[in-house]
Amino acid sequence: MTFEISKKQTKRQKFDWASLFFNALLPLAGMLIALLIGAVMLLILKVNPLVAYAELVKGAFGNVSGITQTLVKATPLLLVGLGICIAFRASVINIGGEGQIIVGAIAATWFPLTFRTWPGWLLIPLTLLVGFAAGAVWGFIPGILKARVKVNEILSTVMMNAVALQLMNLLVRSVLMDPAGITAGTYLAQSERLPEQVWLTRLVPQTLLHTGSIIAVVLAVLVYIFLWRTTIGYRIRAVGFNPEAARFAGINVPFNQALALTLAGGFAGIAGAIEVLGVQHRLLEGITSGYGFSGIVAALFGGLHPLGTIPASILFGALLVGGDKMQRAVQVPNSLISTILGLVVLFVVGSALWSRRWAAKRQMDAAKNEEPKP
Amino acid sequence: MTDVFSVSVIVGILTSAIRLATPYLYAAIGETFAQRSGVLNLGVDGIMLVAAYGSFYVVLKTGNIWFGLLAAIIIGLLMGLLMSFISVTLKAEQGISGIGLYMFGLGLSSLLFKTTIGTVKTVTGFQPVKLPLLGDIPIVGNIFFNHSLLVYGAFLLVPLAWWVLEKTTWGLKIKSVGQNPAAADSLGVSVERVRYTSVCIGAILAGIAGASLSISLLNLFQDNVTAGQGFIAVALVYFGGWRPFGVLWGALLFSTVNAFQLWMQVLGVKIPSDVAIMLPYLLTIAALALSTNRGLAPAALNKPFERGES
Repeated sequence: MTFEISKKQTKRQKFDWASLFFNALLPLAGMLIALLIGAVMLLILKVNPLVAYAELVKGAFGNVSGITQTLVKATPLLLVGLGICIAFRASVINIGGEGQIIVGAIAATWFPLTFRTWPGWLLIPLTLLVGFAAGAVWGFIPGILKARVKVNEILSTVMMNAVALQLMNLLVRSVLMDPAGITAGTYLAQSERLPEQVWLTRLVPQTLLHTGSIIAVVLAVLVYIFLWRTTIGYRIRAVGFNPEAARFAGINVPFNQALALTLAGGFAGIAGAIEVLGVQHRLLEGITSGYGFSGIVAALFGGLHPLGTIPASILFGALLVGGDKMQRAVQVPNSLISTILGLVVLFVVGSALWSRRWAAKRQMDAAKNEEPKP
Repeated sequence: MTDVFSVSVIVGILTSAIRLATPYLYAAIGETFAQRSGVLNLGVDGIMLVAAYGSFYVVLKTGNIWFGLLAAIIIGLLMGLLMSFISVTLKAEQGISGIGLYMFGLGLSSLLFKTTIGTVKTVTGFQPVKLPLLGDIPIVGNIFFNHSLLVYGAFLLVPLAWWVLEKTTWGLKIKSVGQNPAAADSLGVSVERVRYTSVCIGAILAGIAGASLSISLLNLFQDNVTAGQGFIAVALVYFGGWRPFGVLWGALLFSTVNAFQLWMQVLGVKIPSDVAIMLPYLLTIAALALSTNRGLAPAALNKPFERGES
């Protein structure tokens, strides 16, 4: 990745507001263009874009239910996005979010169902850990394949997604299938409902908002500290910033890339676990809702910074919730949102060029100003 | 239960394998062009989806399969231009822009399908054409020479692509731009133009790959009809060592595994379908891990070119 590591980390200069502003402005401009193209599509579909987008905003932020749903959807986006921040910072492209969410969700279903008598205060943290571990394994496999035999991680993570999906389909139709569904003869492809003590506490009554959102924000701060205040985090960023230089500095590049991919998988795994414990309370098909991909969008939008990913996740959570509301209000399929998300990705990675040029120009200017005067 | 290894079953499996190799071949040969020029286009699956929809819709409305194919080509070209603009002109990180293109294609094809067609319908697409003489050879004729034109086209594409890449000046330009863009640039080859054309050729072929699904193999369109075949096609390029004939063997290996699992299900052999569907993906991972072709990768693959940078 060619994302600038700000100089303030090494020199402790004063905070670079201009750079932050510029780097936040570009993605927003990209988003605006994507929404404009979406508006053209709406016009072609003979829907008034103003009405449709008004419904979208109203749906996402118009009332308590909308706001809480937005936050509920932002939670897995943030968690997946945190993993993406770590991976992309190490120059590893993790497309495997979907699969990692799935295995995290599988593990987080199996564990509490197996140890269903344990108290919640013990079972919840352990389940989250198990979810993390499962996702981490799913990230570790492409990671070690990249480190050992140089398998392109983009391809292997995509393949791991398909494997995880089939694994889940297999499990919810066999060993994990809800016994109630079997006795009733419905054979629904879903697991048994989890014991109640493992459900995450609802923050606002009558809504889906659960403590998982708080966990996600806390983890975002921790990932920030990890990446910018610890040696391992520094190594991971160094590997991504300049692999050659990192190697000369004695950093084991393949090891750190495998580590980054493993951690990325772990965070997506937690996202899957939290989706099971906080929202669905069971494993069922479609558990990922495409978060593995939209989490990438959120992380890119947040400048691959764990704290920047927080508002970005809320924005895209709102887009997903609003898209569903828009579908109901003006009969536009919510696939429009996926289309817009794809365009946002294209424009955000495309606009990185200007961001790089701008940073280079500023550095030149700064160098000129610092030259000793004769 | 029928005998699994009777002649008719083996003929059936091989015939399906030839048919099912078609989308892989178009998409992977196209991707070979893009990657030989140094651009990893990960959006192949997205292009396939939109083109599969477009060609299906046109055939549904006009009944003309050639208009359908043309629609797929135009869609491929347009999406190829979009991908080139982002990846070549704006020098974006290619793996991510490809995912953007995939999400865009997945969303757009679903959006259009739901708004213009709605339910799963079928069309009369490309029909099998039995080749004279060759088609009459017992067994072999059925396996190889009784397919639709798009299937023949896919197999003819392999030697054609080899010839273009190995025997023409243009092929040399593509390879030099993918191997050492700075050197090619200093010799007056326009890196941008070569990459644009290579990506667009790849995208057009990805479009035809999509059409081969919706108006030849399946004759229907539904959400996510490609089921990730575009991604497998990208993997096949690695697997095939960036060479058309390598890609051909890879595509045949995959389609044979696929045909085998489909026939096993038809014959009622007790393998859970999920495990059977998983097989090609596991095979891809294993193939990528065991493949010894990595040294053949274009040196500038996945690296945007900027003049003046080493």
